[in-house]
Amino acid sequence: MEAAAGGGCGSGPPLLLSEGEQQCYSEIFARCIGAAGGGAGSGPPEAARVPPGTATAAAGPVADLFRASQLSAETLHQITELCGAKRIGYFGPTQFYVALKLIAAAQSGLPVRIESIKCELPLPRFTMSKTDGEIRFGNPAELHGTTVQIPYLISEKNTFKRMDDEDKQQETQSPTMSPLASPPSSPPHYQRVPLSHGYSKLRSSTEQMHPAPYEARQPLVQPEGPSLGGQGTKPPRHQASLIRSFSVEREPQDNSNYPDEPWRITEEQREYYVNQFRSLQPDPSSFISGSVAKNFFTKSKLSIPELSYIWELSDADCDGALTLPEFCAAFHLIVARKNGYPLPEGLPPTLQPEYLQAAFPKPKWECALFDSYSESMPANQQPPDLNRMEKLSIKDMADFPVPTQDVTGDDKQALKSTTDEALPKDMSEDPATKSGLLPLPPALPPRPCPSQSEQASEAELHPQLNRAPSQAAESSPTKKDVTHSQPPSKPIRRKLRPENQATENQEASTTVGGPASVGAVKPHPTVQKQSSKQKKAIQTAIRKNKEANAVLARLNSELQQQLKEVHQERIALENQLEQLRPVTVL
Amino acid sequence: MAVCVAVIAKENYPLYIRSVPMENELKFHYMVHTSLDVVDEKVSAMGKALVDQRELYLGLLYPTEDYKVYGYVTNSKVKFVMVVDSSNTALRDNEIRSMFRKLHNSYTDVMCNPFYNPGDRIQSRAFDSMVTSMMIQVC
Repeated sequence: MEAAAGGGCGSGPPLLLSEGEQQCYSEIFARCIGAAGGGAGSGPPEAARVPPGTATAAAGPVADLFRASQLSAETLHQITELCGAKRIGYFGPTQFYVALKLIAAAQSGLPVRIESIKCELPLPRFTMSKTDGEIRFGNPAELHGTTVQIPYLISEKNTFKRMDDEDKQQETQSPTMSPLASPPSSPPHYQRVPLSHGYSKLRSSTEQMHPAPYEARQPLVQPEGPSLGGQGTKPPRHQASLIRSFSVEREPQDNSNYPDEPWRITEEQREYYVNQFRSLQPDPSSFISGSVAKNFFTKSKLSIPELSYIWELSDADCDGALTLPEFCAAFHLIVARKNGYPLPEGLPPTLQPEYLQAAFPKPKWECALFDSYSESMPANQQPPDLNRMEKLSIKDMADFPVPTQDVTGDDKQALKSTTDEALPKDMSEDPATKSGLLPLPPALPPRPCPSQSEQASEAELHPQLNRAPSQAAESSPTKKDVTHSQPPSKPIRRKLRPENQATENQEASTTVGGPASVGAVKPHPTVQKQSSKQKKAIQTAIRKNKEANAVLARLNSELQQQLKEVHQERIALENQLEQLRPVTVL
Repeated sequence: MAVCVAVIAKENYPLYIRSVPMENELKFHYMVHTSLDVVDEKVSAMGKALVDQRELYLGLLYPTEDYKVYGYVTNSKVKFVMVVDSSNTALRDNEIRSMFRKLHNSYTDVMCNPFYNPGDRIQSRAFDSMVTSMMIQVC
């Protein structure tokens, strides 16, 4: 950390900041780091590695910030030179603070010199074209500087920390101290909203600077969209961090948890990973074997050495298999790498299995929800285009209602039968099946009112089925799934109608007893109402069923054929092995 | 302290070889290469006994004036060869054994990685760092 501290100020005097200024600057610095994607480090493009533990601000947001100060470009250049960032090539905390002070000096009309910053200055003012910028930068008092400060104080290993302590002891009371001394009013809420706006602004501004990595951003923008409101800080920040691939290499900072934004798994990402895990391995507490995982991750089109390294990082116990947290960590690393993020030296703390298991104890309750339809997903669900898959799945997941226990055994059965026939298909089919299958849960829970729900769910399912691409093969499994989920409730009504809903309650409970267990009990009150509509619905369903059956029978025969061929190959290979074996024994 | 560590595949080509950089590395490569004959000799000598009982640690393969060469063979005929400075008299047999055990464990971890194809050069960073620690360790 020699460079940052000593070099930052050059031969100038040590930087003295009042407590208020310290708070304000560190807040701004935190923003710049956060905006850069939790990252430490902008080094020169040759990726000269900044020693871990340096907190450095990204060039992008810093440049924005400087422009927002309304100073001339020439002045800003001078400031950058003076603070030492030009010399060392990045903005360490010292340089950044010096720069901020110089900006304040320039705005007060003082000449841009090192000497200027010796005296007490008002805070630098930053205005952006949108008002949000002002909120972000103009009112540090209302933002929680303290909690942000602390991790940075811990993580910074330079002499600046000592200076901070000195400052605090000195308690220089500049006029700006008083407003800042007031404790932050409503830190988290206040911060979150402007941050989400602020980052969208940042993104738009940096778009001009970095047109190149646009493609990488697009797919991620969409999945983050629906969840933006829900999550607050994390997805925008995370999204910004993932999206941002600057021309300068960055190293994620692994010291404290707080700046670990790119390596922090958000909720919907976590759900997606768990979903993928389940597609490979239905039992969430068991492992994915190495070969299965290898096939899966190879589809991400990263190079083998990189995948090998990612595996090394994520398989903490080196057992050749991935548990759920390990899998999530690996997947996350792959996603990050695909988005241009350099791989870390060691597994970041937020990706450690213990941390992940503690932070996300979810998989238990997700069991019931995912069980029913994950099994119907083809065994080798391979995301060729991770972004696209992410987008689809996250979009679908956003559609889910609150998962209920209505996902029952009969669904499992219905879907299981299709699983047997739905063999590993290639990737183009997967999104289709996924989009077709995932909407099922919304259809299922409203079983208490099967008549209404049926209409609603059928209507729902029709457009969703239409979404599936034209391939009959995959639309048939989806159709069959749909219709399979329907029939368990239909037989009730078919039997009920002839009896004119005489003893429907009894019938309902008895007929449905076996397969369709849960939802069946509830329909009795509402069944009476719409029997005629149900008749039509049943007929269409029957027709669809028949079509689906025909298609599936065809599929079945084709696949049996393939199976035979594969068997023969296997036998041939085993023979070869037998022949070769005596030779290899030493 | 190991001066040179090598992992040799069953077909007697190196999967991983690394020496202390100060010295002329070619010399070490040559020593490792010639030590393979000694390894084969020892293995075949022991091999008459049941293969299961054959011990993995081969011990001192041969001493030269400046160096001693130790060998270790796994059950899949992968050999580890370690060249040690003779002046380092403090190094006892047990320590060499423990170093080989560590090597073997790290090698197993490398094998567990599904992206590693047996027969490829070993490029695992964890393995590298373990070997580095061994080479600097017993100064």
